[in-house]
Amino acid sequence: MNDMKMADIIGEYREKVLTFHDDSQRKVFYTEVEFPVPDGRLIVSRTDLKGAITHANESFVEMSGYTREELIGAPHSILRHPEMPAAAFQGLWSTLAEKKKWHGYVKNLRKDGGFYWVYATVIPNIRGGEVLGYTSVRRRPSKMKVKEAEALYETLT
Amino acid sequence: MKYTFTVSPDFNPEFISGWFFFNTWLQKSLNEQIHLELYNDFESQRQAIAHDEIDLIYANPFDASNLVREKGFVPIACPDNAADEAIIAVSAESAISNVDELQPGLRISKTDDPDVNMVCSLMLEPANLDAQNTTASTRATYVLVAKDLITQDADVGFFLADTYTNLSKMTRSKLKQLVRSDIHDIHHLLLAGPQISHKRGEILERLLAMPANEKGLGVLQGLGIENWKAVEQEDTEFMIDLMETLKN
Ligand SMILES: Cc1cc2nc3c(=O)[nH]c(=O)nc-3n(C[C@H](O)[C@H](O)[C@H](O)COP(=O)(O)O)c2cc1C
Repeated sequence: MNDMKMADIIGEYREKVLTFHDDSQRKVFYTEVEFPVPDGRLIVSRTDLKGAITHANESFVEMSGYTREELIGAPHSILRHPEMPAAAFQGLWSTLAEKKKWHGYVKNLRKDGGFYWVYATVIPNIRGGEVLGYTSVRRRPSKMKVKEAEALYETLT
Repeated sequence: MKYTFTVSPDFNPEFISGWFFFNTWLQKSLNEQIHLELYNDFESQRQAIAHDEIDLIYANPFDASNLVREKGFVPIACPDNAADEAIIAVSAESAISNVDELQPGLRISKTDDPDVNMVCSLMLEPANLDAQNTTASTRATYVLVAKDLITQDADVGFFLADTYTNLSKMTRSKLKQLVRSDIHDIHHLLLAGPQISHKRGEILERLLAMPANEKGLGVLQGLGIENWKAVEQEDTEFMIDLMETLKN
């Protein structure tokens, strides 16, 4: 994945080099600017078996700060925030490998360096017994649950 | 062969005769005997589905999973631009103006409409409210839900957005919308059961041609539908996956 571009970042930022599960790396810039998910929205995406984005709804595109063209085909880790522990995503992938539904609180990174917290659910798309891809639906979490997740993730990163 | 058609019990009562006209139109178009059976509530309709008594259904998205994945129904069409959005409302006099201000002990008034109840429950989550720290009463109609708010017998009401906006002006002036869903991807749809699924193509063709002739147009107007849109298997599987992520 390409590094983030400083020119896209809005506000004061820090930088970090993320290492992904396949040892690839990406330099990211992140700010303290929060974008709350509007009430009543569902943020929907689908991926192929490897986690490359195949579908994104309007809310997904809008919240991410990227264009649809930039998102489709990109690995879902394009949203990976440096404060998210790798263990959270290991849990996600091992749950999906058992064809089960996964829930969790996720802090996502926007193109402009800002962030948004979501409560995410991911399920395998099973057709004729076969897993063809995955669907994720995210919604606005409660502030209390976000605080709990922040505290937990701090101990894991 | 005689077929049975049914409509999700959350249909707008204003359109009840419209569904009978639609059924008559369908019988003539297909030259088949079709009986329209309406159920008073979701539970009795689900019983009929479980006993394989239904061949055609205008289904609530909440039930689509069982119909398609367990009962072998196939999607035919949905109204163009259709989306089942939901609204949480309070009394116009309520001091509450935001979901986050709602407190445990909340009294909810709702109908048995499963997709609306699910979406509205999700919209209460940001306030940490769930079935454990709220109480709910189920009413037969949305008008009765509105009444509960006006008489202060409930703190919030769960509504289908279309129905909410069609409440009388008088009623609506006594209510206040707290939050409206903005989902787009969840909608009712017409499904064909295993006995009649071989006619899917023919039914779809007739449905799509409705706006082009006077009779069809009249029937559509009686349902408050502008025109039908074809729904493919994968569109429905996608909607079902989405619903499954939302069910707990
Ligand atoms: C359907 C689906 C949705 C996902 N959504 C997100 C997301 O919103 N944010 C995120 O950081 N990772 C998401 N992931 C996980 C990423 O694929 C990836 O595992 C994660 O960003 C960590 O990167 P890594 O696994 O390459 O180390 C999602 C995965 C799937 C299958």
